[in-house]
Amino acid sequence: MSFLIDSSIMITSQILFFGFGWLFFMRQLFKDYEVRQYVVQVIFSVTFAFSCTMFELIIFEILGVLNSSSRYFHWKMNLCVILLILVFMVPFYIGYFIVSNIRLLHKQRLLFSCLLWLTFMYFFWKLGDPFPILSPKHGILSIEQLISRVGVIGVTLMALLSGFGAVNCPYTYMSYFLRNVTDTDILALERRLLQTMDMIISKKKRMAMTRRTMFQKGEVHNKPSGFWGMIKSVTTSAPGSENLTLIQQEVDALEELSRQLFLETADLYATKERIEYSKTFKGKYFNFLGYFFSIYCVWKIFMATINIVFDRVGKTDPVTRGIEITVNYLGIQFDVKFWSQHISFILVGIIIVTSIRGLLITLTKFFYAISSSKSSNVIVLLLAQIMGMYFVSSVLLIRMSMPLEYRTIITEVLGELQFNFYHRWFDVIFLTKSVTVLPLLWILSTTFS
Amino acid sequence: MASLDRVKVLVLGDSGVGKSSLVHLLCQNQVLGNPSWTVGCSVDVRVHDYKEGTPEEKTYYIELWDVGGSVGSASSVKSTRAVFYNSVNGIILVHDLTNKKSSQNLYRWSLEALNRDLVPTGVLVTNGDYDREQFADNQIPLLVIGTKLDQIHENKRHEVLTRTAFLAEDFNAEEINLVIEKRYFLRDGNQIPGFPDRKRFGGGTLKSLHYD
Repeated sequence: MSFLIDSSIMITSQILFFGFGWLFFMRQLFKDYEVRQYVVQVIFSVTFAFSCTMFELIIFEILGVLNSSSRYFHWKMNLCVILLILVFMVPFYIGYFIVSNIRLLHKQRLLFSCLLWLTFMYFFWKLGDPFPILSPKHGILSIEQLISRVGVIGVTLMALLSGFGAVNCPYTYMSYFLRNVTDTDILALERRLLQTMDMIISKKKRMAMTRRTMFQKGEVHNKPSGFWGMIKSVTTSAPGSENLTLIQQEVDALEELSRQLFLETADLYATKERIEYSKTFKGKYFNFLGYFFSIYCVWKIFMATINIVFDRVGKTDPVTRGIEITVNYLGIQFDVKFWSQHISFILVGIIIVTSIRGLLITLTKFFYAISSSKSSNVIVLLLAQIMGMYFVSSVLLIRMSMPLEYRTIITEVLGELQFNFYHRWFDVIFLTKSVTVLPLLWILSTTFS
Repeated sequence: MASLDRVKVLVLGDSGVGKSSLVHLLCQNQVLGNPSWTVGCSVDVRVHDYKEGTPEEKTYYIELWDVGGSVGSASSVKSTRAVFYNSVNGIILVHDLTNKKSSQNLYRWSLEALNRDLVPTGVLVTNGDYDREQFADNQIPLLVIGTKLDQIHENKRHEVLTRTAFLAEDFNAEEINLVIEKRYFLRDGNQIPGFPDRKRFGGGTLKSLHYD
């Protein structure tokens, strides 16, 4: 009986998450496009719903809500469904939409998308070979195999994203890096841009007039087509057309220049806005956060280095360690069990919420930057895939932050994965990413000041 | 050459509706083979004989300024784009007939372009609301062009075209719906073949853009 109640609670929450994912898709991601294929929206919302359910189950684990056997059942079911989606459905649909965009293969869409999916599976499988995750006890198509590979990809993604975020965040927020931009700078650049446009226009006017007079005189300037045409154009070419090609080259160079100037001007406007924002109260608050955050990032990089150099994996989680420190060194006595549950709940909750929010914001920005009306479907599916993998691997890594008694369910369900390996892998990627990005940003900031 | 008067026409619309293809078609009399992203603004020039055949015939250079980007861009990009909106003689609004959102965004595009003259230099401010009154005393002629007509299935064409007719009425503009595709145009690229034939709705021709 209690199982039914628990299941109904889970299903209601899943429907809620599904609705939220649907709304997010419509309002944020696909603001400027029209949804023609509802499949894409459904897949995205389903991935989102099941990923959030996993986090929900962790919270329930900590709080002790619901029957433990029904929790276990839902964990297993959830994991199966998510793996099914991430490994089978989403890659297949990505291949299908990519193939639909290419006109040549339109007729045999299904066939080619199956081929693409098989290639994906092959590479996915090969991914597991160099890593110490193969356990000889389990069969080929077991949960552990799939999840280990998904975990590897997801952890790489997480480390890349957080490494980049760690370095980019202080750079964006702190006013130390903002170079001074005045209105006169912007006006000067705009004037240059307009001058370039005028030059392009005058050259194009010449070209148009030349073409018109050539047409009126009866010299038809045909673009060299085919092999014979190319040979002919080398030896005999009308003087007018020679002029045209020269001017065309100049125009191309000027157009490239105008694009550069446009981007620079946009950049200057953005910097000016950031300067104005930093003078407001909110801006000052974020500036302060930026200092705090940069210290935290430096500490994290330091810890990652130490972990790798000294080959150390943390055995205890921060909550228990914090409590130990307070009890032992400060002599404050309080009910360890009671507080550890609540504090770990809060900590894990914060981690989950910030990572979801951060991921969604990054995905949205990424989507706006690179999508077009043709490729929007493919990109949304790619984002759904990344999101799913990211969430699965956060579950793996979150185990580190939880006290021992709550780790049982994750360890039980996910089998005998080498969790330590994942932490080490995360640290490695995080370190390499931050170390490479940091000097890059430094160079960028110094070239502009 | 410089003695010929210049006419500046903006070509606005969402990404991917076919502005660059349209401009290329009008100016080069050829279909653009490989359209790619427009960064910033690309300009092309067309030589046009106004009132051809009459004693008042005059040759104009029509500059078509094809501004890239989307309505939802960052305000820094919008402020940068605003530099192109000075002293405009006409505006062509392009939308994709297969994409409803691009038609709805035309309101915002026109507001962005027209409000430019009311705001002094600085950060661009628009409230984004559409007010029909603002177009009532608008001196700048507008032309609405819908593209990709061939990608709409036959039986849906009627409702799509009715919707776009309302759109054009709201702007108090002329309207043309067309297809920019290779097979509609002749080999002899020196004419503008087929373009007058593409006026499916509305009687607007290019002459309506001229600044009288």
